[in-house]
Amino acid sequence: MARGTESAASLQVGSDARARRGPLGLFPALTLGLLLGPLAAGLLGTLLPAFGYLPALGGEALGLAPWRTLFATPGVGEGVRLSLTVGLGSTLLSLGLVAVFCAAWHGTRWFRWLSRLLSPLLAVPHVTVAFGLAFLLTPSGWLLRLLAPLTGFQRPPDWLIVHDSWGLSLMLGLVLKEAPFLFLMTLAALNQSNATALRQLAASLGYGRTSGWLKAVFPQLYPQLRLPVFAVLAYSCASVEMALVLGPTTPAPLSVQLLRWFNEPDLALRFMASAGAMLQLGVVALAMLIWCGLERLGRDLGRHWIRWGGRGLRDGWLRGLSLGALGGCFTLTLGSLLAMALWSVARLWRYPDVLPASFSLEQWLRHTDDILLPLWNTLSVGLAASIVALVLVLGCLEHEVRAGRRPTVRALWLLYLPLLIPQIAFLFGIQVLLVGVGLDGRWVALLWSHLLFVLPYVFLSLADPYRAFDERYARSARCLGASANGVFWRVRLPMLLRPVLVALAVGFAVSVAQYLPTLFAGGGRFPTLTTEAVALSAGSNRRIMGVYAVLQMGLPFIAFALAQGLPAMLFRHRRGLQVGR
Amino acid sequence: MSDLRLQSVSLYLGRTPLIENLTLHIEPTQVVTLMGESGVGKSTLLAFICGTLEPAFTARGRVTVDDTEITGLAPERRRVGILFQDDLLFPHLSVGDNLAFGLSPHSRGAERRARISAALEEAGLAGFEARDPATLSGGQRARVALMRTLLAEPRVLLLDEPFSRLDAITRARFRAFVFDHARNRGIPTLMVTHDPDDARATGDRVVELRTHPAAPD
Repeated sequence: MARGTESAASLQVGSDARARRGPLGLFPALTLGLLLGPLAAGLLGTLLPAFGYLPALGGEALGLAPWRTLFATPGVGEGVRLSLTVGLGSTLLSLGLVAVFCAAWHGTRWFRWLSRLLSPLLAVPHVTVAFGLAFLLTPSGWLLRLLAPLTGFQRPPDWLIVHDSWGLSLMLGLVLKEAPFLFLMTLAALNQSNATALRQLAASLGYGRTSGWLKAVFPQLYPQLRLPVFAVLAYSCASVEMALVLGPTTPAPLSVQLLRWFNEPDLALRFMASAGAMLQLGVVALAMLIWCGLERLGRDLGRHWIRWGGRGLRDGWLRGLSLGALGGCFTLTLGSLLAMALWSVARLWRYPDVLPASFSLEQWLRHTDDILLPLWNTLSVGLAASIVALVLVLGCLEHEVRAGRRPTVRALWLLYLPLLIPQIAFLFGIQVLLVGVGLDGRWVALLWSHLLFVLPYVFLSLADPYRAFDERYARSARCLGASANGVFWRVRLPMLLRPVLVALAVGFAVSVAQYLPTLFAGGGRFPTLTTEAVALSAGSNRRIMGVYAVLQMGLPFIAFALAQGLPAMLFRHRRGLQVGR
Repeated sequence: MSDLRLQSVSLYLGRTPLIENLTLHIEPTQVVTLMGESGVGKSTLLAFICGTLEPAFTARGRVTVDDTEITGLAPERRRVGILFQDDLLFPHLSVGDNLAFGLSPHSRGAERRARISAALEEAGLAGFEARDPATLSGGQRARVALMRTLLAEPRVLLLDEPFSRLDAITRARFRAFVFDHARNRGIPTLMVTHDPDDARATGDRVVELRTHPAAPD
């Protein structure tokens, strides 16, 4: 060995070691700081009032008084129970639906067909789906109109379908939104696995399609789905805007009760509300614990099932059922969106007519003035948040490439943290913080609060394509005389234009859907399409709600269309960059 | 005309040595072949010469071109050209723009266009400037890739199995094309290959790298 003959200075470490010291090295810290700083401050700012400490409102001493008031309030126990059952129930249903569907249909034409429907479904805000479902399910809604010839109802029956006290319609609404999300995550995991080979292997050993996939593929896939599943669980337990539209009212789920207390003019209720927010955090943690228990149970039962060796050849009924269920979910969502679009241009639509008798644009014209401000707010904060998020994410990923580091699983958990903690548990604390620094109700505060939720999704959307980039293109470009920055601007970015724009569209769609952050950080001064729509849901003017709903789904849809169409247009003469390559 | 020297170069993956104390001198117009089993560190050595070594690796030793050391330079300042197994033409650029990417910014305007069309003519692809690289045949793409590398005026040429993806006839023709161009320009060339035919075609030295006993596999 040549050790000792060379000086230490001639030891060459991997080429771009100097990238670690450059300005690019600041991006990961900056990004995590922007995410975790407000999160930690917000949690603390809610925790302290929960124990009676908030000098601004006269709470000087720590004590348990807020908790006593909380537990003495009627309906809290029921609210907790609803939060748990709805959260666990809808998560279990969504995952089960997606897993069994993928098992039964992976690699078939139906599978590809349904996966193509995903992006439009994912782009629609939760609250819009909730509205649509309510439109469809209410006694005067589309579903009963369609069935009217069979049932013979001449007027809407007096049934409580939406807002049912078990939270079933709320669960259905959550499944409609979360199943597509889990489906997308499963697709991403499937693309990185050898699922097709395993499926064929299982078939060659005599296993039926569904059971073969569940036994051979799913156990490998699940670890990659775990974080998204926990995010779904946290969201479903503590969802506010969907619960407002679809959930039980007497009593309401805990999250809805909390929002009401936080909005009360009586400021003294903020202490109890903070304690409630901490309780909500505890409920989500409990739900996650229960989920971990279910995971163990599922694993043990699954192992028995595998050891027993049943081939599960007669799975026709299950395949039919799963296709019907997931296809039904997608149809239900699309149908409800269509129903709202129809309402927005309906002039006369009598029960039990299936279609409006006449159409007009009157609603659109009459409300133009009311719409413009929320539309502008939605657009500006959505664009700003997604662009800032994109810059940060690109900085982090480019730093990762140049420093040659791979992120650990732990780093991924940190990124997911804003999605795993119920929003209501830290948004009040953030509001207190913003008031403290005089930023409450400012546009910057609104941007920042949206960034908290936009960033993780932009990162998740862009990370895989960015890391999958063939580094030899970059190396070739370097050897042809391009600098590291030149490679980024002239090679990597143009070649990744499509995923970059899609990430931007994802960020925009996430921002459009934000309800609670807009409410808390905007101090009520920045009405957006989503906050206006939720406010309108208390009334019953379906036509104007239809107008807002169309705008809410229209904006993300345009964003996604641009993200797909722009690269296709720019590179229309470049076959190597076309989709499906 | 330039020459390439590797002076007691050692490469490590973590602490595992891959190549130890390799010394090699390649004169202008020489094409030296580097052979050895997979995983022995051939491509890593080329990455080290280019300056694109991945951070998991460390290296000792000096690389000099015309007696100037290049080991400390950024890859874009070394003027080391490399061809990979795949042509790696940028899919977002036309054939002409791919060549322009390699051409140094010193030549401008009409001269630039003239050099690009001359390069295309040399590759038997006159008038292909506006074409989409994805519409070219494998042999055509390979020739464009070589011209792109040569337009950057490299002082050293590295070949990382650039012939292995081509069919037998295209392969022999392209191989001759590459060697001729390198020799005419007096560029010392280091080629990594698994194919003894490639080595025979150079009519030059062959260096055999052996698996280090301590290395895994």
